[in-house]
Amino acid sequence: MMQNITIGQYFPGNSFVHRLDARLKLILAIALIILIFFIKTVWGYLSIAGLLFIIIVCSRVSFKFVFKSVKSMWLVIVIAFVLNAFFVKGNTVLFEWEFIHIYTESILRATEMAVRLVLLVLISTMLTFTTSAKEITDAIESLFKPLGKIKFPVHEMALMMSIALRFIPTLIEETDRIMKAQMARGASFDSGSLIARMKDMLPVLIPLFISAFKRAEELALAMEARCYHGGENRTKLKVFKLCRIDYIAMIVIAAEILFIAFGY
Amino acid sequence: MSIKVEHLSYTYMKGTPFEHKALDDVSFEIKDHEFIGVVGHTGSGKSTLMQIISGLIKGYEGKVYINGVDFSDKKQDKKALRRLVGVVFQYPEYQLFEESVEKDIAYGPLKLGVEQKEIERRVKAAMDLVELDYDLFRDKSPFSLSGGQKRKVAIAGVLAMEPQILIMDEPIAGLDPMGRENFMRLTKSLNECGITILMVSHNMDNLAEYTQKVIVMNNGRLFMEGTPEEIFSDYDKLKQASLELPEVARFAKLLRKNGLNIPEGVIQYEQIKKFLIEKLRGKK
Repeated sequence: MMQNITIGQYFPGNSFVHRLDARLKLILAIALIILIFFIKTVWGYLSIAGLLFIIIVCSRVSFKFVFKSVKSMWLVIVIAFVLNAFFVKGNTVLFEWEFIHIYTESILRATEMAVRLVLLVLISTMLTFTTSAKEITDAIESLFKPLGKIKFPVHEMALMMSIALRFIPTLIEETDRIMKAQMARGASFDSGSLIARMKDMLPVLIPLFISAFKRAEELALAMEARCYHGGENRTKLKVFKLCRIDYIAMIVIAAEILFIAFGY
Repeated sequence: MSIKVEHLSYTYMKGTPFEHKALDDVSFEIKDHEFIGVVGHTGSGKSTLMQIISGLIKGYEGKVYINGVDFSDKKQDKKALRRLVGVVFQYPEYQLFEESVEKDIAYGPLKLGVEQKEIERRVKAAMDLVELDYDLFRDKSPFSLSGGQKRKVAIAGVLAMEPQILIMDEPIAGLDPMGRENFMRLTKSLNECGITILMVSHNMDNLAEYTQKVIVMNNGRLFMEGTPEEIFSDYDKLKQASLELPEVARFAKLLRKNGLNIPEGVIQYEQIKKFLIEKLRGKK
């Protein structure tokens, strides 16, 4: 019942999009997201959409899943569209009724907002589809390393993040199991009033919390038993190193940035 | 209560790269009052099968009849199924949540809409069955109990619903030998009271001693079906499903190999004991 979440999921593969340096992928994704807000013309949007299309094709992730993750954000996109359509003021009136005025400019503006959101979701989706959670946290740790100089606990943060990410599927599985066990005892999660349903969540939440605490304790014990003592002098199994494909990706994105910077 | 399943198939995460066919065209029939053992290696589909029969998984193909009623029909009342089928999951102690043992055991019957007086009786009866002293344990927090006691409370919680069919997914995993033996004996006495029992277990010895019929699952398919004597004599076929013989059967096989004439189908401790004693006496 909770197995249909595609957003934030990793699709294992060996395409060059998968093999790109995770640090670089993270930075390039953020750069592209910022870039979206500087686009002025249709050509700018088309160029980014084209670039994303190429990335999706190269990554060999099926379009169905990319589309699915956009679909899961449809409510946000629709709300952004409606708000912009109703509240942005313009000169040319397109439609008028009582106190509602809709201008051509506001429709254009709303469409632009919706397109931006779709692109935003696409970029972040492609990042998580092609980069495992482990790689992302490693990349963040590596990028934030300089902050360690001012006593910022970079390693601990990264560790916390990777543990949290690692345990999301486990907790989902556990929730599913406990829900089934309580359903077998007569709890119903898909019928009854809202209050009755919320009451029925209690028999799921309490065992879930208890097992999560237990798991945390066991994990800490297991880590200590394997001599974990923080990030000091700890080396990585996989060291980040930029290769040729990374430089090519950098050049392509730099070209895109220049294109937008020249007023498109 | 009889159970009949026809052409059951189920695929996890259909339409994604993680797609996995857990069940593939499984059909069998279980008669009233039978004690059935279900075996298979990890990932063979036994748990999925148990959950489909208990009505906890939707979206499968095929039919599930319980006492002749088609519960794969979406219009069929799910509450009726809850009244008929009790489910004991692996490590059932993880489903405890109430502040007292009594309240936790009463949760199931309460959800079924049983009257207060009747609930009290059922809680007492269920605690009696699992050998927990009612006066001593009723007000204790289930979280203050030992592992074995917790499991007893969880099982009592299912028994208090007074199911006609009891489905158990590895109920004896993690119990000590004493606890296992006690649990199997309890299950047998429930079976003798007329409850149909379906038990998934990796413990072949216990299944050989107690069940009337064994179902072997392999890669989502029904691989073997028969009496424990038939199943546990066919070593080669069991090996194909990556399963081992029960200890007694293995012992008998070894003796047979060394020239002792032990008939096929000896799988229980008492059988082999009797046979060996007779043999030794005969030599004298």
